[in-house]
Amino acid sequence: MSLDVDGLTVYYKSLRGDVKAVDGATFQIADGEIMGLAGESGCGKSTLGKSLIRLDARMRYVSGHVELDGKELPIWDDREMNSFRFKEVSIIPQYALSALNPTRKIGTVATELLASRGVRMNGMRPELERRLELVGLSTRVLERFPIELSGGMKQRVVMVISSLLNPSLLIADEITSALDVSTQRAVAEMLVEFRDRGFVKSMIVITHDLSVLYQVADTILVMYAGKLVEKASSEEIINSPKHPYTQLLLSSLPEVGVRYADKRLSGIPGRPPSLLEPPEGCRFKTRCPLAFVKCGEEPPLVEVEPGRSVACWKVAPC
Amino acid sequence: MLKLDACSKTYRVGAFGGGELLAVSDVSFEVAPGEVVALIGESGSGKSTIGKMILRLLRVSGGTITFDGVDISSLEGRKLKEYYADVQAVFQDPFSSYNPIFKSDRVFAMLRHEYFQGLSGSEWQAKLERSLDSVSLSPPDVLGKYPHQLSGGQLQRLLIARALLLDIRILVADEIISMLDASTRIDVLNLLGELKSRGLGVLFITHDLSLGHYISDQTIILRRGKVVERGSTQKVFGNPIHPYTKMLLASVPQLHKKWEEAATELEVPAAIAGERPIAAVEETPGPLVEVEDDHFAAVGPE
Repeated sequence: MSLDVDGLTVYYKSLRGDVKAVDGATFQIADGEIMGLAGESGCGKSTLGKSLIRLDARMRYVSGHVELDGKELPIWDDREMNSFRFKEVSIIPQYALSALNPTRKIGTVATELLASRGVRMNGMRPELERRLELVGLSTRVLERFPIELSGGMKQRVVMVISSLLNPSLLIADEITSALDVSTQRAVAEMLVEFRDRGFVKSMIVITHDLSVLYQVADTILVMYAGKLVEKASSEEIINSPKHPYTQLLLSSLPEVGVRYADKRLSGIPGRPPSLLEPPEGCRFKTRCPLAFVKCGEEPPLVEVEPGRSVACWKVAPC
Repeated sequence: MLKLDACSKTYRVGAFGGGELLAVSDVSFEVAPGEVVALIGESGSGKSTIGKMILRLLRVSGGTITFDGVDISSLEGRKLKEYYADVQAVFQDPFSSYNPIFKSDRVFAMLRHEYFQGLSGSEWQAKLERSLDSVSLSPPDVLGKYPHQLSGGQLQRLLIARALLLDIRILVADEIISMLDASTRIDVLNLLGELKSRGLGVLFITHDLSLGHYISDQTIILRRGKVVERGSTQKVFGNPIHPYTKMLLASVPQLHKKWEEAATELEVPAAIAGERPIAAVEETPGPLVEVEDDHFAAVGPE
């Protein structure tokens, strides 16, 4: 088991109380697994990803444990986490396009980042150049400023720099969302390539776009309103989802081949609950067509088949 | 109804405006009543520029845009106001279309001030409610609320309702779905479909091929300001001719089909599709040629 997250709960501090963005997340990622983390905006997927590397000032660790390769990650301790960041856990941030310091050349950014981990650039340079070539960039980008690169190039530069020290876990947060379809495909396929070449052991790919996950991820974890609702292999999630939310979400996605005139898709009525005071029990019950009395109690995420967990009373009655 | 004829737009670029950038070049198409035209392109393809030219937010550098036979570049004053009563737009980001200081129904009040000063309070209220009803919003849910109290889908539908108050005939919808959540975006899209069946012409600007394919009757594929392929949606998607269109279709992430399968079906060499997508179709497209009935594609480099 590469990553083992047990009951992780992270809230946001706000004047009106805690925003329960990640509530009791429990999941594992195997060695070499690319796990997709999907959900709508505000479901806590980015919070979950970020909390594994750095809690920002508004985030509050509440409870739970995270183990990476058998070692406990002290995610509640900003200083202690420092020795893991970039070496063991690394992130390609959501706004990778603006993650690069505009006043520094790409090479300087990389040198400084390595120096902060006590690694000399000289020793790493051949590897850095090799990886840049792998993602289709010339080594001359190291002499360029971020403004001179296109969005797709910046995204790839950040990917290479983030994974330079072969972290065990790489978190890719919405990295393809701002890109054009053709660049999106190239970047997404590079993620798989990085895993195949062993640059990173396992990966969490966070995106709202299930169709991208189907292309790259081995397993998909679906979140709704701060809770994990379903985890299974990506084939199973896409072709035979079990949780009502996953089913409705998938049936609302248009894809090439579906036309308004032939097949009317429909959205999910209602909107996600406020995470300030989420409803008791299942958080999807207000929008769920299958909701019944039992949904007033919180459904646990239980394994219904090997490698497949669902949090729904209808699917996994206890 | 709305007709673009060989439109082009040149931007001045560089420190002193010395350089020129041809953002849109020689684009012609028509939007008929009850028709959704999807304008599909990647970033920088000039799709939003075309939308802005239709709205007269930008002047055309060449060619003409006519609405009911009248060249819109000549419209001034009252005529222009009448034009805006027929043609309205909704843009991508619903959160920045509203002033967060004011309640979101201020957009209606402003419209009333401009166009419906003669209407009595109750008449206006009835009209407003009809319009909200047509976008499936209930007035108590949305009126008197601040933008942050409403969801993106609600805000976006409010903006469509605002446009509908004017009995518009053309709606320019510039990426109106992109910022919305998956579970609600389809409702806004279906709304466009309903409006279409009531005779509204929609120019649906998007980068998302699956959305374009779902809703549109006509499709225009833009690349770097030029039309590379256009025609009836079914023909463009069913039988793509231009390599760029094929490349786009092969790169769209699909739910039940892996990229490799899509590439094989479309006969796009895997190397082109995966490695350097842009470089693969670098040459400038040639003139549009009719390949079959209602389907045009640019063939070969110039």
